Amino acid sequence: MCRRLLLLLVALTLATTACGSADSDTTAATSATTEAEPSELVLMTHDSFAVSEGVLEAFTDETGISVARLEAGDAGTMVSQAILTKDNPIADVLFGLDNTYLSRALANDLFVSYASPLLEVVPDDLELDAEHRVTPIDFGDVCLNYDKDGLADAGLPVPSTLRDLADSRYAGTLVVEDPASSSPGLAFLLATIATFPEDADYDWHDFWADLAANDVLVTSGWEEAYYGSFSGGSGEGDRPLVVSYASSPPAEVYFADPPLAEAPTGVITDGCFRQIEFAGILAGTDAPEAAGRLIDFLLSETFQEDIPLTMFVFPANEQADLPQVFIDYTTIPQSTAMIDIATIDANREEWIDQWTDILR
Amino acid sequence: MDRPVDRHLALSESRRRAGRLGAILLVVIPVAFLGYFFVYPVVTIIVTGLAPDGRLDLAPFETIFSRPSLLGVAWFTLWQAVASTLLTLLVGIPGAYVLARYDFPGRRLVRAGVTVPFVLPTVVVGSAFLALLGPDGPLGVDLRRTVWAILIAHVFFNYAVVVRTVGTYWERLDPSLEQAARVLGASRWRAFREVTLPLLRPAIASAASIVFLFTFTSFGVILILGGLRNATIEVEIWRQATALVNFPVAAALAVLQLAGVSAILVAYSRYQQRRTHQFRLQAAAAAAQRPVGTRAWLLVAANLGFMAVLLGTPLLVLVQRSLRTSNGIGLDFYRGLTQHATGGLFVPPSTAIFNSLRFALVATVLAVVIGLLASAVVAYRRGFAARSFDALLMLPLGTSAVTLGFGILIALDAPIDLRSSVWIIPIAHSLVAIPFVVRTAVPVMRSIQQRLREAAAVLGASPGRVWREVDLPLIARAGLVGAGFAFAVSLGEFGATSFLALPTNPTLPTAIYRLLSQPGTATFGRAMALSTLLMIGTGLAVLLIERVRVGEVGEF
Repeated sequence: MCRRLLLLLVALTLATTACGSADSDTTAATSATTEAEPSELVLMTHDSFAVSEGVLEAFTDETGISVARLEAGDAGTMVSQAILTKDNPIADVLFGLDNTYLSRALANDLFVSYASPLLEVVPDDLELDAEHRVTPIDFGDVCLNYDKDGLADAGLPVPSTLRDLADSRYAGTLVVEDPASSSPGLAFLLATIATFPEDADYDWHDFWADLAANDVLVTSGWEEAYYGSFSGGSGEGDRPLVVSYASSPPAEVYFADPPLAEAPTGVITDGCFRQIEFAGILAGTDAPEAAGRLIDFLLSETFQEDIPLTMFVFPANEQADLPQVFIDYTTIPQSTAMIDIATIDANREEWIDQWTDILR
Repeated sequence: MDRPVDRHLALSESRRRAGRLGAILLVVIPVAFLGYFFVYPVVTIIVTGLAPDGRLDLAPFETIFSRPSLLGVAWFTLWQAVASTLLTLLVGIPGAYVLARYDFPGRRLVRAGVTVPFVLPTVVVGSAFLALLGPDGPLGVDLRRTVWAILIAHVFFNYAVVVRTVGTYWERLDPSLEQAARVLGASRWRAFREVTLPLLRPAIASAASIVFLFTFTSFGVILILGGLRNATIEVEIWRQATALVNFPVAAALAVLQLAGVSAILVAYSRYQQRRTHQFRLQAAAAAAQRPVGTRAWLLVAANLGFMAVLLGTPLLVLVQRSLRTSNGIGLDFYRGLTQHATGGLFVPPSTAIFNSLRFALVATVLAVVIGLLASAVVAYRRGFAARSFDALLMLPLGTSAVTLGFGILIALDAPIDLRSSVWIIPIAHSLVAIPFVVRTAVPVMRSIQQRLREAAAVLGASPGRVWREVDLPLIARAGLVGAGFAFAVSLGEFGATSFLALPTNPTLPTAIYRLLSQPGTATFGRAMALSTLLMIGTGLAVLLIERVRVGEVGEF
């Protein structure tokens, strides 16, 4: 009996492994040539993707092609999934890759080039790949948010620069996310690295050492920081400063119950980091032409004007109209910290390790 | 040793063949299921990570062993899991006793209620939990961001495992054994230690093994409550595989995790086979009595009080937040859930509830069928193969969700592409649920007296019929407890599905995450409202499942 069981297990594992690997080799080569119109395109997105009812259907009405959505994990998880399945992709188009992972995705040859005619209406500084392997769709700024009442009650002025936070007056007021597990956390770390570069007298290591001395609180993710530890708006905590998005105040107004006339929170425009989200056509798709039309659609005003109130980021298309609540309550920082995508990719692990050593 | 039924009897040749076929199917179905949906994906992802070019590269192991921080992670993973398990047993066993032996008003409700924490998404309980551990909480000390926070959270989530696994077994122990010891002059404590405890050992070991695996692979609790100093191997695998896109180191860590888990499981299985006694199990109702005397009432009250503080406080915080509106207590957020199109939730909540129930139902059926078949193999066979099989069944519980999720993603593309199929959701849930069915059923199966089976066989029953008519009614109750857990596991979205790319089928937990991803009092309140609905739904589901009667349960 023992032996039979063991043999069976081994045979089964071997058999399945054999079929699996034999199949995956054959799929990659089939594409190019003349493309038959597909009836469906698969769009892979991260788990914060949102779209209003009827918007993707407009693409179907226009082209006769329906869009099936696959929801992956967060942005990092999605990139890993795309890399693991690149020989036999599970989707035709990927949406939601951001600039912190861009370099890694490009190095793995995930995408084929496609220059959308709509790139004309997209500002040049959002285009980070000269070969057009990815197309910018939206952007958002990771910025410090403050609790208007909370700061006033504590008798503290709104900090105007990042450097202010190193002042002992702001001890115990700031909550940030761990860059090792959170994308706004990583964005904020990058903003501090851009603001206090390594060759300066006072570099980002010094700045974070000062924040540590000021009892900065680190949480694993945005939800724990904003809802759990931040005192402003819908936060349940007691700290008046948090790393969040420039679009959080309009969300506080839009999702307020009861309605609010004024945002309870504000944005500090120094030390913001711009996250740009891209879409790309996955190499290995059977329908690159149709996939290109989907990219065009993602840049079209129909989709772009839906973005602000579903994902709370800015449309890349300059001609897209913004909803009033966005115009009234959002602050677009004059300048944002930018770090070259290759530099981010080359240093991410090292920077996170150094940061962890300072804050531990 | 192997098949006493066959030895004792001269069955007709055809009947024997049919019995043998049945026995083979008993083994083949669970082995095939686990082989294809678990072993194959996990092996594939590890091979991909460690041998990206077809040649094995052990450098990632050197990376791990040369980095003190990673070794620290391994050590922390082990000791916190041991500590959490011991602590959960320490508080769970008295709870199991009270719920098994005393009949008091609301007992059924409490027993279903303790399962609720088990399904709640960590991100939801996380913030509520801080209310329990903060300086103003009922404990009165500030335990936030300490190892205690992690240990207490692990007790919170796993309390139900001990109470229910041990309790189910305990209520079937014949109390007359302990009574006899008392009559013979043993103190209460001595009677417990020398009579009851040895009899309970298989169930305690069962519960301990599950709690250990859950805490060994703890993820959300560690991430949210652990701070920067404490990480488990699970968290580190996730970080390497997703944030850092470093598959080789992730795969090496996965091997390390699997090796640790397997060693523990094999040891556990050996222990379990050696320790089990056969004795008379009896109907539950006969053993449970009204508490008599101050002492009994005190014991009941103390345990219920403990449950109220540990399990009740964080849950009440959630309920309170879901009802807290601008003009006092109200149902605004519940009503707000219907404004899904503009309210941060892009599906009607009814869709999410329907999806959750649908997946949970399929996962439960899969887990119970496969789990009971597997339990029969584990309980009735001995030796190395049965032990390995037992360990294999438990392994999904001790495997990182990233490993399995990414494994499914690269392995299950042919012959049918299941990578993005909706079916993979209940299948993945059932992998985590099967151990619960097995761990509740095996101790009961092992304890069924061989004499009963032999008697049935002598009377001419085929092995299949013996199993059906002797064993099945006896284990049905344990199977139902397992089913309750399986349902809860699926409702709570445990495991690998978070690392797959799936068609948008919002379930309750994903809808809650979605609401929590935008700031705003309405989105937050609605997330709390949905969490409360999830809590109530879970409690009701477990209550209902336990009321189901299979055959002659309770008549043995």
